[in-house]
Amino acid sequence: MTRALTVLAPGPLTTVQDRGRPGLAALGVGRSGAADRASAALANRLVGNPPDAAVLEVTLGGLALRAEADLLVVTTGARCPGSPAHVAPVRVRAGDRLRLGLPASGLRSYLGVRGGIDVPPVLGSRSTDVLAGLGPAVVAAGDVLPVGTSTVPLPGVDVAPVADPPAGEVTVRLLPGPRGDWFTSRAWPTLTGAVYTVTSQSNRVGLRLDGPVLDRARTGELPSEGMVRGAVQVPPSGTPVLFLADGPVTGGYPVIGYVEDGDVDRCAQLRPGQALRFRAATG
Amino acid sequence: MRLLPSGSTALLAELDDLDAVLALYAALDADPPAGVVDVVPAARTVLLVIDPARTSLEQVAAAVRATTPRPGTRAAGDAIELPVHYDGADLTELAGLLRLTAAELVHRHTAAEWTVAFCGFAPGFGYLTQPGTGWDVPRRPTPRTAVPPGSVGLAGEFSGVYPRESPGGWQLIGRTDVAVFELDRDPPALLRPGTRVRFVPVGGP
Repeated sequence: MTRALTVLAPGPLTTVQDRGRPGLAALGVGRSGAADRASAALANRLVGNPPDAAVLEVTLGGLALRAEADLLVVTTGARCPGSPAHVAPVRVRAGDRLRLGLPASGLRSYLGVRGGIDVPPVLGSRSTDVLAGLGPAVVAAGDVLPVGTSTVPLPGVDVAPVADPPAGEVTVRLLPGPRGDWFTSRAWPTLTGAVYTVTSQSNRVGLRLDGPVLDRARTGELPSEGMVRGAVQVPPSGTPVLFLADGPVTGGYPVIGYVEDGDVDRCAQLRPGQALRFRAATG
Repeated sequence: MRLLPSGSTALLAELDDLDAVLALYAALDADPPAGVVDVVPAARTVLLVIDPARTSLEQVAAAVRATTPRPGTRAAGDAIELPVHYDGADLTELAGLLRLTAAELVHRHTAAEWTVAFCGFAPGFGYLTQPGTGWDVPRRPTPRTAVPPGSVGLAGEFSGVYPRESPGGWQLIGRTDVAVFELDRDPPALLRPGTRVRFVPVGGP
């Protein structure tokens, strides 16, 4: 009996993700990895996987799978109706089907399986980087995803008490970025006082936001510089972009601020239309 | 050197020029401070990305301030030779823009060595410079939606080789058959920060 999951339907977007590719940014290779790292890590813990095991990142539900062996599975992140295993791992039997519905709130769900999704790693990671086009192909109907084995003991918990991602306004902490001096003195109070809306032009690369424009105090081009997940960059349009897992390694527009790293995962659960507020972090 | 904030997991060191960037990058790349997971050089900056479980931004800031740059690292080792077919779609038009003949433009591109300043835009895409030589090439007014892999281009003060098909606004002057990014090579990128490159016309000058 082959340890595998057969994909019957991938939903709007399902990718394989792990902790990404640190250490290659100087070669132009971004970090990538799960967009909501905390939820992916929880999925691995609940099925007794090492922290670098790969999971499935499911966007807006819709994933249907058939187990080809007896497997231990769990879902975390956005709660999909139909998941028998949300934050509570269950054993599925060979031939069982698993169908994730559309979550009521949140954007990304993580399906963890004991042993991890065992597709071949690319540059040390099984993450699909949609910007760079690196890593495994996006999950498609008919794919047979191999499942590995794990020797990590199972945790002594049946259910993890975690809250579902909220449907309403979300507030995150904002730290200063390197290029605050490229903006007028009103820009920071505007950014940290207004409500921004997540637009439909958002993906694993970043959230394009709609809201008050941030005016520049300087014209001209900024030489490209390195940036990481959580960067709030302001392109010429004046409305900010918040970079997520597959954000670019370098960029040529000024970064006015950074979302506190511990809050970026919650940003990855925001849906188009949802409201986001930046609160100036103290100290 | 100025140290600029970049959130809770990174620090941006801003330097006077590209030589200073390469010198600091060479020192940090050879001996990275504990807990630093990525060191990312760019045109005027070096970004240090940390693992907050292993170090703090304060510790890394102190380590960077105490780092002795390694100037002149661009001179080490042999230059990589990249054979180029100078038949790019923009060669003639760009030569006209720069008030050169196509042959003069090719000569200028091949006469002196280039150095990879930094990577970005795509995996393995190196930004090559010839400091002090005065390249100032306008980007194409409308970027191409698909630039073929191996295309050799110019933009601003930089030259570069497209590792794979991608959109792009650089002026294309030629193409090389050398794969500049290969997944099964270690390291996968041929053109890494500090690498020296000489473009060689295929079939002679």
